[in-house]
Amino acid sequence: MSTALLAVQTLNGLQLGVILFLIAAGLTLVFGVMDFINLAHGVQYMLGAYFAVTAYGLTQSFPLALALAIGASLLVGLILEAAIFRHLYGRDHLDQVLATFGIILFLNEAARMTFGANALSLSMPDALSGSLRLMPGLLYPVYRLVVIGAGIGVGVLLYVLVNHTRVGMLVRAGASNAPMVSALGVDIGRLFMIVFGVGAMLAGFAGALVAPIFAVEPNMGDNLLILAFVVIVIGGIGSVRGAFVASLLVGLVDTLGRSFASDVLRGVLSSSAANQAGPALASTLIYVLMAAVLFFKPAGLFPARA
Amino acid sequence: MRGIAVPMDSTSPTATEPSRALVPVLLFAALALAPLLGAFGAERYVLALLTRCAIFAIAALGLDLALGCGGLVSFGHAAFIGIGGYAAGILTANGIDDGILLLFVALAASGLFALATGAISLKTRGVHFIMITLAFGQMAYFVANSLKAYGGDDGLTLANRASFFGHDLLADNRAFYYLSLAMLLAVYLFARAVLRSRFGRVLRGAKENETRMAAIGFNPYPFRLTAYVISGMMAGVAGFLLAEQSEFVSPAFMTWQRSGDLIIMVMLGGMASLDGAILGAVFVVLTEELLSGFTEHWRVIFGPFLVLVVLFARGGLLGILTGRRHG
Repeated sequence: MSTALLAVQTLNGLQLGVILFLIAAGLTLVFGVMDFINLAHGVQYMLGAYFAVTAYGLTQSFPLALALAIGASLLVGLILEAAIFRHLYGRDHLDQVLATFGIILFLNEAARMTFGANALSLSMPDALSGSLRLMPGLLYPVYRLVVIGAGIGVGVLLYVLVNHTRVGMLVRAGASNAPMVSALGVDIGRLFMIVFGVGAMLAGFAGALVAPIFAVEPNMGDNLLILAFVVIVIGGIGSVRGAFVASLLVGLVDTLGRSFASDVLRGVLSSSAANQAGPALASTLIYVLMAAVLFFKPAGLFPARA
Repeated sequence: MRGIAVPMDSTSPTATEPSRALVPVLLFAALALAPLLGAFGAERYVLALLTRCAIFAIAALGLDLALGCGGLVSFGHAAFIGIGGYAAGILTANGIDDGILLLFVALAASGLFALATGAISLKTRGVHFIMITLAFGQMAYFVANSLKAYGGDDGLTLANRASFFGHDLLADNRAFYYLSLAMLLAVYLFARAVLRSRFGRVLRGAKENETRMAAIGFNPYPFRLTAYVISGMMAGVAGFLLAEQSEFVSPAFMTWQRSGDLIIMVMLGGMASLDGAILGAVFVVLTEELLSGFTEHWRVIFGPFLVLVVLFARGGLLGILTGRRHG
């Protein structure tokens, strides 16, 4: 494994990590503050991507498409919250799993009916379509660097929002003890709506952001949803900081594992055995990581609830 | 046994209303007579569909034992179906096709996987348990994907169905259906016996109130682990049958969406009721078939239906049928 390859894969890992963070941040807050399992968070990411593609078709402008996609995602999130989720807050986790699973089935299929089963893509803005020479022998697409930058930017913004604003304070308080916050006279319903809207918006933003580099297709959110769950469980439910650290960890472990597991195994196993076991190990690595974290720290790395 | 004060769940199989006692009798009678529908034509199709109902009912019963009765929300039960299926597939590919042996290996493999993953998962509670079982399910899925010698992500075709005592009993679809139904009945009676035993009472007691169970001297962990293993083995049986029926096994047997389907079956039927799990499985399999014959986009109908059930019909199908509301 050359240094250049390692560097490229590390950047790819970071990219997956920040996208996971955009999805996981909303998920962990919804989970932590409202104790609500939202399986439909992945389809909100998918919708963001489709919104961006559609908006670009209408406006032919990438920034406008991004802005419209974020707005539409927020709107869909608020509608879902008001129509369905609001009625499920006090309910059993199982009810929430079942209802949001139903929403996944519906929205995935609705996307397939509206846009077809084939993958769509969004053309990249010209200004960002080039590659940057990071070191000798290492060219990296500018757009992917922008994705990483945007993800980290949103992370910083969320950090400020959660740790240094009044709403953020309430969100943190809600994550550690929601009934108490409510008892102190805070309109918890409104707080839930804000958290939910921001979560949906972030997931939609992630979808729109990756539309030029990933295939935009129905079910594109399903696998990322599972990864996002792994992230928030490792990071600690309700903790944005935990979600950030765990996203990068999962992104890096998954990407580097897939690239180098066979190479590493070749050190201890025969070549053919390593080629067999490598992919299996790589694709299960993050789940092993999660099981290990849960075993030793059942509440995750940065538990929000003391 | 009398000393254990466990609040009796109104939907438990020990409820003594005559109307409730009739439900399983009617259910099994209907399933036993259903192949007669084949007389109206398309017998092959009818039998295949009914067999699928029976197989998923076995898996749903298994999940119900852990989820409905033990309160263990496993989001990875499809893995056991896959393991049972792969046990049959891999042995058949190596020229071993004795049904009893295949079934035994399927049971052992799914039981061992349940024991290992359950031992770790049961250290966690609530949401974490859901997530860790999901993670183990995904691990099994990806391992199956990387089994290149056995088809990888394309799956594995079984050269022939299993034989029993040298007879290729399963070659006949009608015989296959009645074998599946017999296994469903066996699993059902076993699950009923388990729930009525002291073991079952402790399990349900720990679901209702763990602290109280601990106070009267029961550590729920070994009970839960045993229930989880039994539950996984039941799903393993379903996997074995599913692979034998379709003469095919693939990683698609164990996607997380399949695990979600199993939860839907148990919940739709009505939690903590074994009859409900069978009813739910039959309902889901038939509804999918019916709707997908109607439109390829059947999920657009089925999805909102699930949401409505959660919002408005909390006792599941059995609750609607018997006019009871659960919880």
